[in-house]
Amino acid sequence: METVSIRRYYVWQLPVRVYHWVNAVCVTVLCVTGYLIGSPLALQSSSEASFGYWFGTVRFVHFVTAFVFFFNFVGRIYWGFAGNSYARWNNFLVFRKSQWREIIEVLKVDILQAKAQPLESIGHNALASLTYFLTFIAFLFQCMTGFGMYAAMSDSWLPQLFAWIVPVMGGDFAVRQWHHMAMWFFIIFSFIHVYLVFYHDYVEGRGVLSSMVGGWKFIEKEKGKN
Amino acid sequence: MEEKMLTVYEQMQSRGYSRRDFLRFCSWMGALIGVEATGLARVVHALETKPRVPVVWFHFQECTCCSESFIRSSHPIVADILLDKISLDYTETLQAAAGKQAEEALHATMKKYKGEYLMLCEGSVPTEADGVYCCIAGRTALDIVKEAAEGAKAIVAWGSCASNGCIQGAKPNPTGATPIHKIVTGKPIINVPGCPPIGEVMAGTIVHLLAFDRIPQLDGLGRPKAFYSRRVHDTCYRRPNYDAGLFVESFDDENAKRGYCLYKVGCRGPVTYNACGVMRWNNGVSYPIQSGHGCIGCSEANFWDNGPFYQHLASFPGFGIETTADKIGVAVGAATLAGMAAHAISTNIRKRHEIKKDQNEQDKKGGA
Ligand code: HEM
Ligand code: SF4
Repeated sequence: METVSIRRYYVWQLPVRVYHWVNAVCVTVLCVTGYLIGSPLALQSSSEASFGYWFGTVRFVHFVTAFVFFFNFVGRIYWGFAGNSYARWNNFLVFRKSQWREIIEVLKVDILQAKAQPLESIGHNALASLTYFLTFIAFLFQCMTGFGMYAAMSDSWLPQLFAWIVPVMGGDFAVRQWHHMAMWFFIIFSFIHVYLVFYHDYVEGRGVLSSMVGGWKFIEKEKGKN
Repeated sequence: MEEKMLTVYEQMQSRGYSRRDFLRFCSWMGALIGVEATGLARVVHALETKPRVPVVWFHFQECTCCSESFIRSSHPIVADILLDKISLDYTETLQAAAGKQAEEALHATMKKYKGEYLMLCEGSVPTEADGVYCCIAGRTALDIVKEAAEGAKAIVAWGSCASNGCIQGAKPNPTGATPIHKIVTGKPIINVPGCPPIGEVMAGTIVHLLAFDRIPQLDGLGRPKAFYSRRVHDTCYRRPNYDAGLFVESFDDENAKRGYCLYKVGCRGPVTYNACGVMRWNNGVSYPIQSGHGCIGCSEANFWDNGPFYQHLASFPGFGIETTADKIGVAVGAATLAGMAAHAISTNIRKRHEIKKDQNEQDKKGGA
């Protein structure tokens, strides 16, 4: 019987894992509350306004989560310089030829469902790196537009840093529209992201799914380097 | 025709206003433009001693609603003195002179008071086809603006047309309608957007210029901070309903009768900077939201293109008028889920083959 030797690699350090799950919770909360802000529920109540504050609460939760989301993101950027080789910032820039070859390889596995050749990468595969780079841009965009709008309701310095975005984008209405549209990027990204993690775990058997909990991935020995 | 330049106070006296009327006017204006009580003396002093500022008021691509709003400003002295008497060496709508005479008056003022006169503009300036879409006395608006701006001390762009293009500038903008600040550079320009701006806001801006001899504090978009630093939503009396999540669902429902918030029927109050909630209109009688209609955001750039007015999200460009980002998002999301389901099924078929193969190999080895 053929045996495959597996080596265990410690890939995701604790700060990366904590970042990941804080981010996941924040994005979920921001999408739900953001959607509600855009399309509030129809309450059929004849109560006086002074008895309720639910919409105010939804917005409050959105804003508090926004701050957590922002600082978590800043922390991840820091860890891109301080963390291990899998966490480093340059993982997310796909400029090398070999990375583009890997992207094609991954697309073959993911979409054409060709037989999986074990990938070179132990951390993110190149396509994932590219995608996460795009999500970082989306985070930045969402923070800039979000805090840009928030600047109208706050004097504190952080939102004011982003106030310039409003005239640049042509007014609050445009900023709101773009902020709202970007929500769909997050939702659709999350669908695909979760599905693909399951899928890769399912066909590769490297433990990607649990790696974001325990930090380890299990890689075939002849493949694994370093 | 040589005449001595009278001060605002002298003008008022000659019109039979008393000192008390004058002081009342000053404190009213002072309150409007947000000077402190101690600064009031400066307003009084300025209007008492400074000779009037020569003013030319242009009308380009516009509907004259700004002028209409201005002359309906709640204080009679605004119309009587600011408009009728002290200002306006030239204004197409109200001047008695016409044709050649009017043009002469304009040029006389521009020559005599070079560097001193105020230039007030109503309307946008067409730039397509060399600007032929708006010609006055045989010259294009583009020419006129450039010439008049040369010698102006400051420029006030009245209304949304002059400050951001308004309806003429809406897509597809066939005349290339352009706001003043994109044509003139190197001059102080005050944008007073709104379709029209509130009369008191217009009067307040003029009084500020007269009294302090410099332009009021402006925000990033060149609007006087005194009137445009807050959103309609921030001063809206329906705001408690908004916070409580009590919304009008359609204009004929129970909630509309109860005066709930108009957010879900498209109110642009949360994205519109203006003073309507505080000053209101027509002598403070009402404003759109008080009359049961959402704010349409008339003082914001591109408000005509941000429609339809009666829904919260704009229609997505290129997808028809009823299609919002949410509808498209739901469609793309559903397609993604369907794709994932198909993918999962085919993955499982493949994986079953693989497992079977492994199993067979194992069985073979085990049997041997
Ligand atoms: C994953 C990230 C985020 C998502 C998906 C998201 C989503 C949304 C959505 C859908 C809306 C409703 C827009 C509408 O009126 O139609 C909204 C509103 C808003 N968001 Fe976000 N948002 C995110 C992050 C942020 C961040 C980081 C901030 C920063 C403070 C922020 C601040 C705001 C503000 C100020 C509003 C307007 C709320 C109001 O005026 O009532 N958002 N968001
Ligand atoms: S009616 Fe408009 S401006 Fe007033 S609270 Fe509601 S959304 Fe805001």
